[in-house]
Amino acid sequence: MLSDRHPILLANARIVDPSRDLDIVGDLLIAEGTIREAKKGIGAAGVPEGTEVIDCRGKLVAPGLIDMRAFIGEPGEASRETLASASQAAAAGGVTTVICQPDTSPAIDNPATVDYVLRRARDNAIVHVHPMAAITKGLEGKEMTEIGLLKAAGAVAFTDGAKSVANAQVMRRALTYAGDFDAMIVHHTEDPNLIGDGVMNEGEFAARLGLLGIPKAAETVMFERDVRLVALAGGRYHAASVTCADTLEVLRAAKDAGLSITASASINHVTLNENDIGPYRTFLKLAPPLRMEDDRKALVEALRTGLVDVVMSDHNPQDVETKRLPFAEAAPGAIGLETMLTAGLRLVHSDEIDLMALLRAMSTRPAELLGLPGGTLKNGAPADVIVVDMDLPWVLNPNDLKSKCKNTPFDEARLTGRVVRTIVSGRTVYEYI
Amino acid sequence: MTIAPKPSFVLSRRHLLGIEGLSHQDISGLLDLSEEFVELNRQVEKKRASLRGRTQINLFFEVSTRTQASFELAGKRLGADVMNMSTSSSSMRKGETLIDTAITLNAMHPDIIVVRHHASGAVELLARKVDCSVINAGDGSHEHPTQALLDALTIRRNKGHIDGLLVAICGDILHSRVARSNIILLNAMGARVRVVAPSTLLPPGIERFGVEVARDMREGLADADIVMMLRLQRERMNGSYVPSMSEYFQYYGLDEKKLAYAKPGALVMHPGPMNRGVEIDSIVADGAQSLIREQVEMGVAVRMAVLEALSRNLPNA
Repeated sequence: MLSDRHPILLANARIVDPSRDLDIVGDLLIAEGTIREAKKGIGAAGVPEGTEVIDCRGKLVAPGLIDMRAFIGEPGEASRETLASASQAAAAGGVTTVICQPDTSPAIDNPATVDYVLRRARDNAIVHVHPMAAITKGLEGKEMTEIGLLKAAGAVAFTDGAKSVANAQVMRRALTYAGDFDAMIVHHTEDPNLIGDGVMNEGEFAARLGLLGIPKAAETVMFERDVRLVALAGGRYHAASVTCADTLEVLRAAKDAGLSITASASINHVTLNENDIGPYRTFLKLAPPLRMEDDRKALVEALRTGLVDVVMSDHNPQDVETKRLPFAEAAPGAIGLETMLTAGLRLVHSDEIDLMALLRAMSTRPAELLGLPGGTLKNGAPADVIVVDMDLPWVLNPNDLKSKCKNTPFDEARLTGRVVRTIVSGRTVYEYI
Repeated sequence: MTIAPKPSFVLSRRHLLGIEGLSHQDISGLLDLSEEFVELNRQVEKKRASLRGRTQINLFFEVSTRTQASFELAGKRLGADVMNMSTSSSSMRKGETLIDTAITLNAMHPDIIVVRHHASGAVELLARKVDCSVINAGDGSHEHPTQALLDALTIRRNKGHIDGLLVAICGDILHSRVARSNIILLNAMGARVRVVAPSTLLPPGIERFGVEVARDMREGLADADIVMMLRLQRERMNGSYVPSMSEYFQYYGLDEKKLAYAKPGALVMHPGPMNRGVEIDSIVADGAQSLIREQVEMGVAVRMAVLEALSRNLPNA
């Protein structure tokens, strides 16, 4: 697979490396799957024989993105998405490492399934894939999985995916036990009883659409509980998808108290709000639901300051049969691997966030939290690199998407900036011409 | 009251999916047109030919007696060929088939489809997949535009006007499409609207609908010209929204005593079907102040007006 690997020089680029706050104009040399050097004038000084020299003409060069939350249908629901199709989508979106979620069929809750996913990914995926494994067997929220063995098999963290562990005792024990293995617990914080029959954010807009709402408290209540449990049990904890200002206050207090608690926000929640649902657009039905503009702004601010550590795609392919339904009956979820960066660049172009902070949340921070070697352009790091044309205007045509499902909230959206080259382990896996 | 026919009135839209988006003029035009049909419906010869040759399909995914009968009668009196389809009599038992059903029916070239569905937004979804006119006969907790129009017609005929009246809408606002359509319509027509319900049956954010909010009947009915009761569905009374039927009736059921809180001679309305002894006492429902039977009569006239107005807009008309 790596036989056609030759040295690559990305010349005349704007090189941004959030792992060391580096933002320079210069060249980046890649050889034998690793980053050799990033500085000004490498090309002028001469490069090794057979080097492919790519004149970037000022385009951005950054670490490949690490997407901490993507739902992929393997095993069990390959019609929605395979590791192969997801990895194509990821490459097109500048994601060089995909963290797949255990809500599969069967669930990724035993070492053999972790092994299966890793082998399938090795043979079929063009980007790195690491699975998270379930916290509880069958994602049922009752019995703990074999956290030690799963971690040894290659699970990078533990989560029940889009499900919450409602039983506080189960969560307490999982945190306690996982702590012994330095395994991170990643939790979807939504109280299922408070969600009830709700299908979107609770408030005026839901009332006007005649849809039952989900209060923000459904998230905050569960997250506050978890903060108490982490204080009690210890362990490393990561909130999988925070959406509202109230949760951020709790998160700030938890971090200030020195607890090992971090958080992600989805690209959807930092770029969209409930009004985007408009006339019952089911592609914007998400779990947790899109919130209000004030919440979105608070999330972006938290991202800017680093209070929220990670931005992830929350990639969730749903086909026509589960989406072309009345809003309340449609499945939640949106695809996002291919659009995560370009959607995030909206925030950069509108001066809501600086590029360094955005890239840090999409690459360096996830690598640090998961203990993965990427997310940096330091010498010797894996050559997972993207080249981005920051100013390229384009319109998203869902038929051009690599993902098997086309449920994108950015359907027909006008976007600025896109990934033009994705390099994984020193090999170009995607090129936009 | 005689209203001159206005054959020139056209609803400048293909579908009637809700009251939302209708102007004061649209609503007045429909009510004026309805008046004609009230007269017509009281004659021996009730037929018109304005929909002759047209096909109207009544597609009901949720059981209904009066709305479906009323639309059927309205279509037939205007000369349309009316076909009724309901979930009990066909394969469309699940939401999954909504779009397929729409595409199938569309291939039969109907001119108007009247749809009721249990999910909010379902009628709009269906409307996007067909070439004909679509009338929303109630979608989930979203809208029920013809109910609001018939309520407005009933009020206007009894009070002579709508603007300036205080209308108290009482009961399960949270789940009620009738409440939403009425709030929008009555606000558009210049009425004051007050909603009265226990907090568990009020949608969060309701205060931003341009309504006054009251949690008890004495405060809620004070100075009301119209008391509009809503049906409380029995499945809501299992303790999750209200503790019991008898407690609900005690605090929110409309009896003579509570009706006395309203303006003397205040008129009582109910979209039906009624739960006698739950949200309304029989003495009030059948009493002199009740407009409930008149609402049913107005229902046929309003639906004829809507069908007629939309048909004037159909291609080849």
